[in-house]
Amino acid sequence: MASVQFTPHLKRHVQCDKIDIDGVTIGEVLRGAFEQYDKLRGYVVDDQGRLRQHVVVFIDGEPVKDRVHLQDSVAADAEVYVMQALSGG
Amino acid sequence: MSDQLFVGTRKGVFTLSKSGEEWKITQSAFVGDNVTMFLADQRDGWFYTALNLGHFGCKLHRSSDGILWEECAVPVYPVAKDAAEKESAASLIEIWALEAGGPDQDQLLWCGTIPGGLFRSADRGTTWELVTSLWEREEREQWFGGGKDHPGIHSICVDPRDSQHVTVGVSCGGVWTTFDAGTSWELRASGMRAEYMPPEQANDPNIQDPHLVVNCREAPDCYWTQHHNGIFKTTDDGKSWHELPNAKPSVFGFAVAVDPLDPQTAWFVPAVNDECRVPVDNRVVVSRTTNGGKSFEVFSDGLPGPDAYDIVFRHSLAISNNGQRLVMGSSTGSLWVSDDRGESWQVISTHLPQIYCVRFGQ
Repeated sequence: MASVQFTPHLKRHVQCDKIDIDGVTIGEVLRGAFEQYDKLRGYVVDDQGRLRQHVVVFIDGEPVKDRVHLQDSVAADAEVYVMQALSGG
Repeated sequence: MSDQLFVGTRKGVFTLSKSGEEWKITQSAFVGDNVTMFLADQRDGWFYTALNLGHFGCKLHRSSDGILWEECAVPVYPVAKDAAEKESAASLIEIWALEAGGPDQDQLLWCGTIPGGLFRSADRGTTWELVTSLWEREEREQWFGGGKDHPGIHSICVDPRDSQHVTVGVSCGGVWTTFDAGTSWELRASGMRAEYMPPEQANDPNIQDPHLVVNCREAPDCYWTQHHNGIFKTTDDGKSWHELPNAKPSVFGFAVAVDPLDPQTAWFVPAVNDECRVPVDNRVVVSRTTNGGKSFEVFSDGLPGPDAYDIVFRHSLAISNNGQRLVMGSSTGSLWVSDDRGESWQVISTHLPQIYCVRFGQ
């Protein structure tokens, strides 16, 4: 299972502790996290399910490339970090 | 006269209350967060704060007492039908207008947004629905951003005589009105003029940039607009708009307030022009007309200058329900109140964060 952790900046708004989620794409992994944490979805993706412009998600240290369809692969033991990008100020 | 103010800023929303001659901050909420809009619903006493968290998107919070807040739903745009559309489909960028429905529409709220959708809630923001009758107008394809990357609805005026009659202002998309609570819409911006368009398109109602549209409560057929390149007024419920070129010291600005009791009286906060958005001669002034725009007086008592660069954004000038008190907040975080209809101003603070909206309480 992928291990998913969230920036402390998110934790002041919604509950989102470190969590292990099954999934072969980052879209699946994030959707799994959204099912566990009420309200989290709207903080990470927009109305269309795209990664928010100033949110960056790392999979084993690499930023997600497919920010629209979230098809980047996630290994079974991957470490995923959901962070706020510095581009957002 | 209202002795309570709400000030939405780049770093939180502040409640100020008057005690004696002094105004003091008595509450603060969402400190550090970007507040784009605030509503004090005078029908039932509920409060709403719209946030733009930047990284994490727009959020809406509500409170029945102004102290304890709960997050409620935000307007959400429809999900794209297929993957090909997903990349460009609309998503909520900012809550730019928030108004209560009529007194006969308990809990009903209207919300104007960037990128240009109008939403309605029947339950104090628990759920929202897109007003598709406006969103799906083919004219919307010609709308564009005015100062923002996308078009937006910044003004919502509910006719006090008839809550089914609602008028919205769009930058840049003109002025639209409904007489059936959003089932159908009519474009009503004829007479407005757009200097930023090729000459043959300058009078196209659909691409006008009203910065703010306000309605006179006691004479609801009268609206005033501070437009991108001038001041316009209508006295026939928007069927025709007329330019008022005599505004001094400039026709450019963002905010406008109309006397709730007198349609002939309105206030503006001028800046030099589109290319130079600072006060004229670097002196902050407020202009007022009391004769429907034939002439304007200019007031500076209590306002800074020279060497002042404050701008008052479109939602940062408000007038009390009895028309006697005004409040104004600026881009530099300065806040002023006038108790003599704009002729003199008392500075309340010069150290607030950048001010985006001001509202009076009850």
